[in-house]
Amino acid sequence: MDLILDAIWETFLLLSQGDSEIWSITLRTLIICGSSTIISFAFGASAGFCLAVLPFRGRAALVTFANTGMGMPPVIAGLLVAILLWRSGPFGGLNLIYTPIAMIISQCVIAIPLVAAITAGSFMSLPESLFLQIRSLGAGRKETLFLLAYEARLGLMVAMMAGFGAVISEVGAAMMVGGNLAGDTRVLTTATVLLVSKGEFGRALAYGIVLLAMVFVVAVILTSVQNLARKRI
Amino acid sequence: MSLVFVFLRKRGCIDKSLYALIFLSLVWLTSCSDNSRSMLLVTTTSTENTGLIDALVYRFEEETDYMVKVVAVGTGAALRMGERGDGDVLLVHSPSAEINFINNGFGASRTQVMKNWFVIVGPAADPAKIKGLTVDEGLKAIATAGSMFVSRGDDSGTHKKEMDLWKIAGFDSTPSGQDWYTATGQGMSATLTVARQTQAYTLTDKGTWLATSTDSGQVVLIDQEDELLNVYSVILLNLATENINHKGARAFRDFMISIETQNMIEMFGRDQYGESLFYGIN
Repeated sequence: MDLILDAIWETFLLLSQGDSEIWSITLRTLIICGSSTIISFAFGASAGFCLAVLPFRGRAALVTFANTGMGMPPVIAGLLVAILLWRSGPFGGLNLIYTPIAMIISQCVIAIPLVAAITAGSFMSLPESLFLQIRSLGAGRKETLFLLAYEARLGLMVAMMAGFGAVISEVGAAMMVGGNLAGDTRVLTTATVLLVSKGEFGRALAYGIVLLAMVFVVAVILTSVQNLARKRI
Repeated sequence: MSLVFVFLRKRGCIDKSLYALIFLSLVWLTSCSDNSRSMLLVTTTSTENTGLIDALVYRFEEETDYMVKVVAVGTGAALRMGERGDGDVLLVHSPSAEINFINNGFGASRTQVMKNWFVIVGPAADPAKIKGLTVDEGLKAIATAGSMFVSRGDDSGTHKKEMDLWKIAGFDSTPSGQDWYTATGQGMSATLTVARQTQAYTLTDKGTWLATSTDSGQVVLIDQEDELLNVYSVILLNLATENINHKGARAFRDFMISIETQNMIEMFGRDQYGESLFYGIN
């Protein structure tokens, strides 16, 4: 019990004394995971939309593929990306291993199938006739896309939250491709693991509290947007 | 995104735009790194857990112009990374494995740079009564009593030393599979934590022990035996391997054996922990 009280006190100390390390790690976490979320939403949502709406052969297979991607262990994604980016690997010349960009790449690999599958599901759950109705009212391609996205906006927001949740809590792939380098690629999750391995449990819990707080704030923002959207129906 | 796709397809220039985008990204990505002044040092968890490697790298970066990234893995993993050329220079501690590495042509040279001693630590209650025994007597006593022993189990320098010690004590191989013997597969301070929580014995280097565990209820039970000597060396990689910053590696090696650095190593942690965590090579 006093370990937990210890941690709460440590958090308070850390944050009030302006421990610059925790702030820089938090900022870095936000930037890396935020970028991954945005990129994977851009690619994943479009992929999901195409999967759900456009007719093409092999669609069922691709949907299955996306669903499998949802359940893929993030550590495997990290290992695959690491193998590609190591100096001895095919993309070694890009010198991306142990950089934030490598972490963003592996996080996108984890999040894109997730976002695609959820988006596809939410588009597929729109009534069939809606598409025809929009087109019959004279909407062009662009307008059709926007209207359908608007109708499916709740599902799209869930997809974005799921993507964010997946990348911010991920630690195995982040360690493997990022290397947990101080000042470069150390994020909240990997920093927590390092503190635990050093036995500094109080500080580790403090980092954990900050991480939880961040996820909470993002969830509050997205949920209230979702609620506003719902009220308008 | 689909919007962009549709727009580009209408204008009939999707191929060109795609190629341009990929090309520009690659140019930007590769130009982001200046190779000659950056290097990747692959080292062990014991130098990282004590904080020594951070102090050394900080000094090195101040004195020279290099930017050093440090990755801490076990010695076995470090040597394998060296084989593939995934690092520029290694700082490891397993003499027999290092010599093999050089003999197999992966390493160009091996320079001893610092040392300390391994110790066997365990619960203050010492159920197997190993305090003051020699290493082989102690390990035999642990095995006979069936007291918990935690191993690194990760092919690190410490793990390799532990395997050697079991052989010296007369065991054919490590007692893995016995219910009193477990392996964590993790770094040194993580393994010490597991040993502490399960009231088990373990083998650790004295540096990491002093830096992380002295007020934990664990005590040093066997130390100062010849077989427990722990030597760290800098390994330079085969010159023929491509994409390696050989110049930076040599600079790091020279830095490590310089008198000022050797003094710094001996002074590191002495005030805080009452004794040196690592000693120079002289």
